[in-house]
Amino acid sequence: MSEVFTKSMARNIYYGGSVFFILLFLALTFDTMGTLPEQDNRAAITPQVALGKKVWEENNCIGCHTLLGEGAYFAPELGNVYKRFGNSTEAIKAFIKSRPVNGVPGRRSMPQFNLTEEELEAIAQFLKYSSEIDTQDWPPNIQG
Amino acid sequence: MKYASQAVSKLYFMAAIGLFVGQILFGLILGLQYVIGDFLFPAIPFNVARMVHTNLLIVWLLFGFMGAAYYLVPEEAERELYSPKLAVALFWIFLVAGALTILGYLLVPYAGLAKMTGNDLLPTMGREFLEQPTITKIGIVVVALGFLYNVGMTILTGRKTVITMVLLTGLTGLAVLFLFSFYNPVNLVLDKYYWWWVVHLWVEGVWELILGSILAFVLIKVTGVDREVIEKWLYVIIAMTLITGIIGTGHHYFWIGTPGYWQWLGSVFSALEPIPFFMMTVFAFNMVNKRRLNHPNKAAVLWAEGTAVMAFLGAGVWGFMHTLAPVNYYTHGTQITAAHGHMAFYGAYVMIVLTIISYAWPIMRGEKAANKRAQVVEMWSFWLMTVSMVFITLFLTGAGVLQTWLQRYTDTPLPFMEVQAKIAPFYWMREVAGLVFMIGLVLYVYSFFAKGESAGDATPV
Repeated sequence: MSEVFTKSMARNIYYGGSVFFILLFLALTFDTMGTLPEQDNRAAITPQVALGKKVWEENNCIGCHTLLGEGAYFAPELGNVYKRFGNSTEAIKAFIKSRPVNGVPGRRSMPQFNLTEEELEAIAQFLKYSSEIDTQDWPPNIQG
Repeated sequence: MKYASQAVSKLYFMAAIGLFVGQILFGLILGLQYVIGDFLFPAIPFNVARMVHTNLLIVWLLFGFMGAAYYLVPEEAERELYSPKLAVALFWIFLVAGALTILGYLLVPYAGLAKMTGNDLLPTMGREFLEQPTITKIGIVVVALGFLYNVGMTILTGRKTVITMVLLTGLTGLAVLFLFSFYNPVNLVLDKYYWWWVVHLWVEGVWELILGSILAFVLIKVTGVDREVIEKWLYVIIAMTLITGIIGTGHHYFWIGTPGYWQWLGSVFSALEPIPFFMMTVFAFNMVNKRRLNHPNKAAVLWAEGTAVMAFLGAGVWGFMHTLAPVNYYTHGTQITAAHGHMAFYGAYVMIVLTIISYAWPIMRGEKAANKRAQVVEMWSFWLMTVSMVFITLFLTGAGVLQTWLQRYTDTPLPFMEVQAKIAPFYWMREVAGLVFMIGLVLYVYSFFAKGESAGDATPV
């Protein structure tokens, strides 16, 4: 780089640019926080959904699955599993309950987590709540 | 070595390389589980192996960054490290805490680990990359604060250079942003929104500052180019990093329940994110071309140039490939993401840590550069690991394109598991490339022990 563009100019771009974009990001975050109540389905958060999220986290579901497209890519997307399973929390519970302890020979299989009836209902309700978040029409189709 | 206290980084580098080997071992297990679904099931299910793989990566890179800081800060500040004893103590605390956490993942069911460590009191577990028990997270904060204090005191009471100030900014940002890992609201959208303040603002923000300053330090040392020139480049690169990368966070806010305007902001700004990486490539090659000395450590120069190129390809090009919202609508959360993640982490962060180790290790052993044969072995390991990572990325990209097509794009989309069966050949080839990577890594470790053809072959300081 030539002598016209000095180190102090470079430093000023760094400081000025960083500060400007940090402030802009904070302003956008503030705006997002204001609009979220219309999109994030918070009205559906019950103590049961809260328990469901805890069950989700404490069994590390994200270690295989994606939720709204984030997580691991080993097992199906679960953000819309409630809809994929025919809007049925019972179907979700039945699937989780029926996983064989020793897996399926040669195939991927979900572990048997031995959840209680309360935990099963909670995780199903959590997944129902997740499926009703406004995600700008993602995923493109029911297969997730 | 100019200052005796720089030697503490040796410990950190050894731990980093050891954990790196563990990370790749678990990578191979995961790759095999992709094609032989019941491999090691139910002893080590996929989610456990993945946690070990990604957490080991994060921990060993942090060891690498800390080792790099302990090496370069005294030399830049022109004084001994503020407290070498603290550096050694924190090393052992971090290593033991890290090892216990990994053992916890492997030996106890995750739900049991959550119970044992009191996740109820402050639930932070079970989110991608932040799976560590809350107590481990607190440990990370303690170690980070102690480390910052030690490095900060050294920098602030010594000669201040652009390199150390940028490094200190990056390390402080790393510690501060990690605090968001303790914020875990029930509201999934809020949880995800701030989760990215750790993950994105680390790897596409403050970590790039750390990367830039380590690269600048090594380039000054191996090329002899005037510090003024290198520091000017460093400022411009990190300016572009933050100008594009902060709002670039928006590319994670497309489909998680956040407002639609993020699709525009995230697309535009993250489309500019390759610029700082491209500048880094131009920077590295320019400095080597304008070099005023021929440093005998050819391997370190190769790693430095390799970092710049691979970071641009992995983070820049492979990131851009799926960052525009209309594209990402179809590719979000597919093997395309996995492809990008692998090459970006290897190119930017693995390689910069290996660069500083390559440069500093011989000096800490009392040589300016390793003997010729050791360097040849090390350069072989460079090519084996780098080329196999390119192939891992290409195979995952092939898998991702097919997956996107079959599961997302056609008029008759297929279920996830059916698609996985169809793309299995790509996973097999990825696993083979992974094995080659492991061979490269074994050669890399061997290069530290390789003897020269004649005694005194190494270049003395």
